[in-house]
Amino acid sequence: MRRPARRIGTLGDVVVLGALAAYAIPFFWQLLTSFKPEAELLRVPPLLPSRLTLAHYRVVIEQSLMPQALGNSLGVATITTLLALVIGLPGAYAVARLPLPGKHLLLLAIVASTAFPQIATVSPLYLLMRALDLRDTWAGLVLVHTSFALPLTIWLLAGFIREVPIETEEAAAVDGAGLLGIFRWVVIPLLAPGLASTALLAFLFSWNEFLFAYTFTVSGASRTVPVALALFPGVFEVPWGDIAAASMLASVPPVLIVIVLQRFLVRGLVAGAVKE
Amino acid sequence: MLLLAPTVLALAALTVYPGVWVLWLSLQHRIPIFEVSRFAGLDNYAFLAVDPRFLNAGRATAIFTVASVALEVVLGLTAALAIHAQRGGRRLALSFLLLAWAMPAVVTAKLFEWLYHPTAGLINVALGARSLNWLGDPGLALPAVVLADVWRTMPFVAILCYARLLAIPAELYEAAQVDGAGRLATLTRITLPMLGRILLVAVLFRTLDALRAFDIMFVLTGGGPAGMTETLTVYAYRALFQTLQLGFGSAVSVVVFLLVMAVAWAYLKFLRAGTTVAA
Repeated sequence: MRRPARRIGTLGDVVVLGALAAYAIPFFWQLLTSFKPEAELLRVPPLLPSRLTLAHYRVVIEQSLMPQALGNSLGVATITTLLALVIGLPGAYAVARLPLPGKHLLLLAIVASTAFPQIATVSPLYLLMRALDLRDTWAGLVLVHTSFALPLTIWLLAGFIREVPIETEEAAAVDGAGLLGIFRWVVIPLLAPGLASTALLAFLFSWNEFLFAYTFTVSGASRTVPVALALFPGVFEVPWGDIAAASMLASVPPVLIVIVLQRFLVRGLVAGAVKE
Repeated sequence: MLLLAPTVLALAALTVYPGVWVLWLSLQHRIPIFEVSRFAGLDNYAFLAVDPRFLNAGRATAIFTVASVALEVVLGLTAALAIHAQRGGRRLALSFLLLAWAMPAVVTAKLFEWLYHPTAGLINVALGARSLNWLGDPGLALPAVVLADVWRTMPFVAILCYARLLAIPAELYEAAQVDGAGRLATLTRITLPMLGRILLVAVLFRTLDALRAFDIMFVLTGGGPAGMTETLTVYAYRALFQTLQLGFGSAVSVVVFLLVMAVAWAYLKFLRAGTTVAA
């Protein structure tokens, strides 16, 4: 079975892969920069350094806010993801399976809230955070991140739940399983890959989020990785090597996800766009 | 109903309530540090209508959105076709693309700030001896921001198209081959029409994201030089949190909000109309 579009041969494969590798050069260049000796940073060409050094990573880990920020981001993104799943899974099930009055309207509201620009809610949320004394806390960030993680979660999970054949659930119901039992023993196991995709995307969005995190954090107690990177201090001149090292550390979870869990990531991305 | 209660509560508190509140804020003069807080009616909006900085931000937003979405669609489609035509190494190919998409936009901004460095930046080195000041030149700054954004988000379009390509039944291609269709005819008569709908969806998602984009210009240029890259979101943010005019800044963000909703609504109408015609 040879498709006509696939007749480009090995040479073509190499060219395409080469072009895409070139596409990722901005990332690899920063990676290389993060290991370059300070004195060679601004002397380009040559492109390759005379030796590699860990000095920039040492500075970032010992003297910057980055280690704390990594902890904050990991905590906030994990809790946000879990919260969105715990609240969103029952909601998604109800949306996907149960006959509800006004369901159409509710779905529309969920879709609309995924399209909500953050800039539109940042000023009221700022006043809310101040009134509740949640500025500069994990709890505050988790709450505002849930505002976009939750609609995304419901949207994706509702689609994945619809893919689970309803007959399996009916069979379980005939065998005397209650709603909770069906959920625990039938839906969740069949839904596992979908749950993974959803969790990955929610985690990534929370990890990458900048506007809310920048506005609602004040100190190392809650500053997340993007905020720490944006505010990376330079005393007299821009510390390009240190910034490169810090941005590589900020990219570790996303890069791991892309390499190790690519399948789930792609599935989630595509599901978000085609379910309607 | 019980299953939905937490969702409805959370969305009401975190999205709907602030969404209404911002409308109310935008009708006030509110500057906390001077303890100013009074009702202003439509004053803020009346001011926006004649505010040159607002019009400039609208211009930057429009250029940024149109240019990045157009480039993303063309490049994304090309990348998807190329990867789909590969016989091996597709996973690696996707990894290179997803790498750009998955990182925080702030990291993208830092990557490109370094690439655009006037003397040591890779882009100027690649261009030869000329040292262009990408982020400092009013004529180059907005294209530079667009390029960084396209780099980061083109893979999203590519992945969607690629997934759709995988779903096109092989029989279609075989039938075309039997009918003696060449490669160009196959592309324009089968592949592209089959991609039509997913492209529309990708354009919708990307337009909404471009209209509300913030991180990339805020970190890369801060809206400069001379306001050339100051989009509506950056203007709104500065009014809100740098000059602390909560009322006026809210009015600007309401404009972004309405813009996004209008675009979403128009696209959905269009998509639905398209479906009826096709069916």
